[in-house]
Amino acid sequence: MKNQTIAAVSTAQGEGGIGVIRISGEEAVSVADRVFRSVSGKALCELKGYSAAYGAVYFEDEKLDEAIALVFRAPHSYTGENVVELSCHGGLYVTRQVLRAVLAAGASPAQAGEFTKRAFLNGKLDLTEAESVMDIISAKSKSAVRSALCVREGALRKRVDAVKEDLLKLTANLSAWADYPEEDIAEVDDEMIITVCENAAQTLEKLLNTYDGGQAVKQGIDTVIAGRPNVGKSTLMNLLSGSEKSIVTDIPGTTRDIVEDIVTAGSVILRLSDTAGLRDTEDAVEKIGVDRAKKRLAQCGLLLAVFDNSQPLTDEDTELINAAAEVPTIAVINKNDLSAKLNINKIKSGINNIVYVSAATGEGKEALIEAIEKIAGTNRLNPSEGILANERQRSNVENALKSVTEAKDAVMSGMTYDAVTVSLEDALAELMEMTGEKVSDEVVDRIFHNFCVGK
Amino acid sequence: MKYFAGEYDVAVIGAGHAGIEAALAAARLGCHTAVFTINLDAVGNCPCNPSIGGTAKGHLVREIDALGGEMGKTADECFLQSRMLNRGKGPAVHSLRAQIDRRKYSDTMKHKLELQDNLELRQAEITDINKTDGGYELTTQMLAVYRCKTVIIATGTFLGGRIYVGEVSYDSGPDGMFPATKLAESLKALGLPLRRFKTGTPARILRRSIDFSDLEVQKGDDPPQPFSYETESLGENKVDCHISWTNDDTKQVILKNIHRSPLYAGKIEGVGPRYCPSFEDKIMRFKDKPRHQLFIEPCGENTEEMYLQGMSSSLPEEVQLQFYQTIKGLEHCVMMRPAYAIEYDCVDPTAMDPTLEFKEIPGLYGAGQFNGSSGYEEAAAQGFVAGVNAALKVKGEEPLILTRANSYIGTLIDDLVTKGANEPYRMMTSRSEYRLVLRQDNADERLTPTGYKLGLISEERYQRFLQKQEIKKKEIARLKAVTLSPSDELNDILVSRETAPLTTGVREYTLLKRPQADYELIRRFDPEAPNLPQSITEQIEVEIKYEGYIKKQLKQVEQVKKTEEKRLPQNVDYTQITGLRLEAQEKLNKIRPLNIGQAGRISGVSPADISVLLIWLAANREKDSYGNQSNT
Repeated sequence: MKNQTIAAVSTAQGEGGIGVIRISGEEAVSVADRVFRSVSGKALCELKGYSAAYGAVYFEDEKLDEAIALVFRAPHSYTGENVVELSCHGGLYVTRQVLRAVLAAGASPAQAGEFTKRAFLNGKLDLTEAESVMDIISAKSKSAVRSALCVREGALRKRVDAVKEDLLKLTANLSAWADYPEEDIAEVDDEMIITVCENAAQTLEKLLNTYDGGQAVKQGIDTVIAGRPNVGKSTLMNLLSGSEKSIVTDIPGTTRDIVEDIVTAGSVILRLSDTAGLRDTEDAVEKIGVDRAKKRLAQCGLLLAVFDNSQPLTDEDTELINAAAEVPTIAVINKNDLSAKLNINKIKSGINNIVYVSAATGEGKEALIEAIEKIAGTNRLNPSEGILANERQRSNVENALKSVTEAKDAVMSGMTYDAVTVSLEDALAELMEMTGEKVSDEVVDRIFHNFCVGK
Repeated sequence: MKYFAGEYDVAVIGAGHAGIEAALAAARLGCHTAVFTINLDAVGNCPCNPSIGGTAKGHLVREIDALGGEMGKTADECFLQSRMLNRGKGPAVHSLRAQIDRRKYSDTMKHKLELQDNLELRQAEITDINKTDGGYELTTQMLAVYRCKTVIIATGTFLGGRIYVGEVSYDSGPDGMFPATKLAESLKALGLPLRRFKTGTPARILRRSIDFSDLEVQKGDDPPQPFSYETESLGENKVDCHISWTNDDTKQVILKNIHRSPLYAGKIEGVGPRYCPSFEDKIMRFKDKPRHQLFIEPCGENTEEMYLQGMSSSLPEEVQLQFYQTIKGLEHCVMMRPAYAIEYDCVDPTAMDPTLEFKEIPGLYGAGQFNGSSGYEEAAAQGFVAGVNAALKVKGEEPLILTRANSYIGTLIDDLVTKGANEPYRMMTSRSEYRLVLRQDNADERLTPTGYKLGLISEERYQRFLQKQEIKKKEIARLKAVTLSPSDELNDILVSRETAPLTTGVREYTLLKRPQADYELIRRFDPEAPNLPQSITEQIEVEIKYEGYIKKQLKQVEQVKKTEEKRLPQNVDYTQITGLRLEAQEKLNKIRPLNIGQAGRISGVSPADISVLLIWLAANREKDSYGNQSNT
């Protein structure tokens, strides 16, 4: 079977210092050539297998990131197909932008476990590994379903559903009108179709824009890590982001400014600020940092209040507990590996969610992520706008948009409605793929539900 | 006392639309074939509407004809009025429908069966079916025993038939025929999953009692088009149909008497179709609708019976008359046959393969309403496929499997055997994802080569078909080569059709791409253009205008084809495949899809399950676990 060329981020998103986008399939190299420009000026298609080029990734002439492209020629690659791996600087936002450019250049988003599946089908993996490959696919698809479930109840689902409903209604009407020509079914006219298509296009465009502008990422939960100096904030941040971003020393007050990073904690995107401490200070530079931190704290969506398990509570800690009353907070009791001198009851009186970690050893990270996911489920933190969770969904929305536009153009150029219906159904199929429904069943159901037809 | 009465390759139980096509196909393929019917006067009976075709059903008739079936030809021979529905809505949904003379249709079909070599038509009720070593033994109520290699069940609404009219109900087949009361038990004993479905028909009214003066007339097309690629011309339309409307009085009669409907009183357990509701259903489900349309259609040239399309009912006879008489034109109508609902036994079609052979019972086939479908055309289509496959099985040849990509017949059967039917299944254009490819005009292109290969299309007809294809190809090439120059006259026409005038010369092909241009226009301004029959120019026009859409759908077809080439073994226990979700394991075990493509269409089987299956297949290919025979 000749496969489509697929692409996906192959490093765990939001973790790790570099982000690798893997492209696999017959067209992999030419797809990569459309987004990658090497410093040497040499196109990737001129390269042999197992070779690398240094350059940058572009999307519509905008430079996204510097990158190294590794070219593998079939069958000598992980999947056994032509493969290009683009290694970028990483970070969720940039990595997604690069993937986006690759998809726009003609690749399709890979399904759960698809690289491994292709590797197997192309004989790159041993036969004895078949079962484990099947398990991997099954596990990956389960987690994909879980993340889709997060979206299911949310604003995205509502917005997609609204578009789907309009398209379904129109398609059912067109189908009933075609399948029951002699029943008195309301005539469908150009204007009706154009209106539905335009409204759908508008919503879909808006959805795409939120994604394109990186707002999906930026609208992740605005999270502040606060606590008195040297309590372990920077180490905690590094624990969450998985890389050394802020300077960590043992001298109090080394973090002078708010450092931002975007990380994923489980299924939740956090926009993380590692703040300077809250202590009163005479140092002018440090004071600016402290003021910013306080302001930021008041506006944040989630506060990770860090306390030192090995020290008794200070006034500054108490100030933090008081501030926590205003925002959703998790008390992170750090340095769990040292003996406890902290008055935990005092913290409990002000903060409900308490997690013990050792930022230095990484102990307690899972519990922290769990707590974050739990809090993110509360209404207050739900982003009000629908957000596309991943590239697959983005590609569904983009294809749906293309199809409704096609439908509208067809009507305007005087095409018959049977052709228009084909495009409308394509759009529906894309939107329904996000929720696992099947178009023809739905349309037929709708006809009988909405129209009084029959002998 | 039982006696041995004969031996056949193929036995068909039932001589309705499914049984007829099944028997003719099997006999024409050289099999010694018997058809059993409870009443010889009911061969090819149309117990409901006196018409053949309609949306999507017209496609089916054309496809049957393209394959070498009989329905289209007989419908042409018995036509009273014919209309191409959906003109103006696009070529994908054009559908032919003909009013036919139902008695003549029945006689014609019966005579064709009688004249067919290798075929014996018998009046007998089959009461028992038993599996034997080499096939099956059928026993009639007269205790005749027939031995057959294969059996096709096409029992329609006869099997366990029970009629309901208000509080009255009794065991009966359609149109006052005897029901088949004993066969169901023996089918159950064979392990067939039977269930009850329900359908209904409106009353027949005496023509002389109808006042047509204020009714809208519906005339046939001029000239009417035939179904069959072999029918040259139909001649003139012979009858008119009429349209009337129900009103508030009609509704009040229904509302007042709804408790007397057996359905609403809970007496009928069978599942009825949503698309063919009784009139009282329409009233109850669409309460805000002030009026409903009905068509008054003649049942034949030599009868005064008129069919009231849209007015099926299972209310008591006197209530029927009461509400019919509220309708304009029917104020003094005389009812000749009352409307009735009929409940019958049918099978869960997921127990069958796309060959229409039962998975667990080799040599046994099902077709038509017995398979959970509804409609004469759906029945005939399945009958044809079942008949061909029974014959191929007897001859030890590869079975015929039509696909969603090449036909509505394939779509119909795939839907039935893959998704099952929760209500009587009616074909609709909305059910096909390849509508612009599966048009009624190109059924020959899609299927006649298959019919020829089977041996059901004559050499002469096949040559004619090839010739037509050649002419079409040549003309499209010509249109691509020839340039049309702008002229005032041409531009005036273009502007009047709201499309841009020409400024420079343009290829005729390019001009035809515009929705506003047609072949007539080309012929008018290009004296070189050949004078081709409309059936060809229409096809050329469609292929050029919808080229983009057709190409796109053909690409999808190609992709699906690849998944259908990946065959799944039939003896596998899907619960033993790790990585499949529980729901997928259960569904796969029940449906036993022939290939990956079919597996993917089963509801409850996700893309991830398909990935797992592909891996499993690849791993197993080495181990070579293929040990099935039906999967060839």
